[in-house]
Amino acid sequence: MDQKLQELWGEVMEEKKQCKGCGGALPFLIGFVAAVIAGWVLFPNLLYSKKVQPVRFSHKVHQEQGMECASCHTFRDDGSYAGLPNNEKCMECHADVVGSDPAEKIYVEQYAQKGKEVPWLVYQYQPDNVYFSHKAHESFECKECHLEVGKMDTPPVYYENRLSGYSKQTMKMWQCERCHAENGVSNACHVCHK
Amino acid sequence: MKAKEFKVTWGMVVDLDKCTGCGACMTACQVENNIAPMVDASNKMRTLSWMLVYELSNKKSGAEAEVAYLPRPCMQCGNPACVPVCPVIATDKNEEGGIVSQIYPRCIGCRYCMAACPYHARYFNWEDPVFPKGMEKALSPSTSTRPRGVVEKCNFCHTRFMQAKDKARQEGGNPESLPDGAYMPACAEICPTGAISFGDVKNKEHKVFELAQGKDAFRLLEKLGLNPQVYYVSKREWVRKLGDNYAATGKPGAAKKHS
Repeated sequence: MDQKLQELWGEVMEEKKQCKGCGGALPFLIGFVAAVIAGWVLFPNLLYSKKVQPVRFSHKVHQEQGMECASCHTFRDDGSYAGLPNNEKCMECHADVVGSDPAEKIYVEQYAQKGKEVPWLVYQYQPDNVYFSHKAHESFECKECHLEVGKMDTPPVYYENRLSGYSKQTMKMWQCERCHAENGVSNACHVCHK
Repeated sequence: MKAKEFKVTWGMVVDLDKCTGCGACMTACQVENNIAPMVDASNKMRTLSWMLVYELSNKKSGAEAEVAYLPRPCMQCGNPACVPVCPVIATDKNEEGGIVSQIYPRCIGCRYCMAACPYHARYFNWEDPVFPKGMEKALSPSTSTRPRGVVEKCNFCHTRFMQAKDKARQEGGNPESLPDGAYMPACAEICPTGAISFGDVKNKEHKVFELAQGKDAFRLLEKLGLNPQVYYVSKREWVRKLGDNYAATGKPGAAKKHS
């Protein structure tokens, strides 16, 4: 019995020695790099579709005219947030083409004069079950949560999660919770959810 | 477990002598909270009615027969039975104002809370909501719609609370101390006879402060010690007795306690 076991053991060790060529650092490294590329580059590219804004709106140009964020993104009288301006607001200046930028021409001719609202993509839209009060966060600067579009001539690319349909750039729950915790604000569910 | 104390305690006082049982509160609630109309609502095990009007009877016949109607929202108990049984903290009583929250995406549909709630104020979504064609465009942005498999309940139209706070901030008021009437759930707002009053039961400037302490005020099943934030008022003794569910045994209700 003992002898048989020893023979078997010998065979196993023999096979192990023969197999040495298939293990080692190089195949591991190749596999590791492939996995990293797949996980960090290929999958995110597959997961998010890229979209561009229907009109190349330049926040920079508007800010250079001395306009503030709140000049167009306003609160209503009841404290709710109007968010994006509509044609009525834009047409206060852009009822006709006033500049030389081709993007403005597109806006005026294809949207404003046809009475059609621009289907802007909103980087920060939250799911339905979130109640976010801009009024309660008024003391913060816009750019602390939003992309700093004020310095951008071209709006950033919008990444849409193909599975959930939500924007990649929107604020995540852990970010909301961390800021609330750091500032001593309640993190009770109903503070943000509806 | 010690119940959490809140500076502001939103409460409802329903005058059962004023309630005509018209059901406007139920309708307003369904519209405000995006509750889809059911194809067949005859199966009451499956209907969703965050606000439900019950008919009470003094069980007498002839000239002595009397009925009363009792609207039943979630009681937002001070010491809720549903919260400690939730295995995933989908329901909690943690926010200033004392409204018991229910977070639908977190709910796993185990329905322990429904079994725990003695008021039957919680409802389970047996099916996905189906809105008649065109109605989905008229949904209220105040409440998220719920999928099949989660529990839901009245939350005193919580979004209206948030909106009232935003309005107070806009007008330079104090969002932590709203004036009487600034925050009103849909049922209280629509009640045609004014039977439903709403406010902070701890704030002397609110109408409900006094109403909740009146001699004819009572709460449902006070003997259980859940400390509901919904009060009822009736001058009729048989109605008050029914509130404690002692009617069947003939024994009087438990001693009245107020928070």
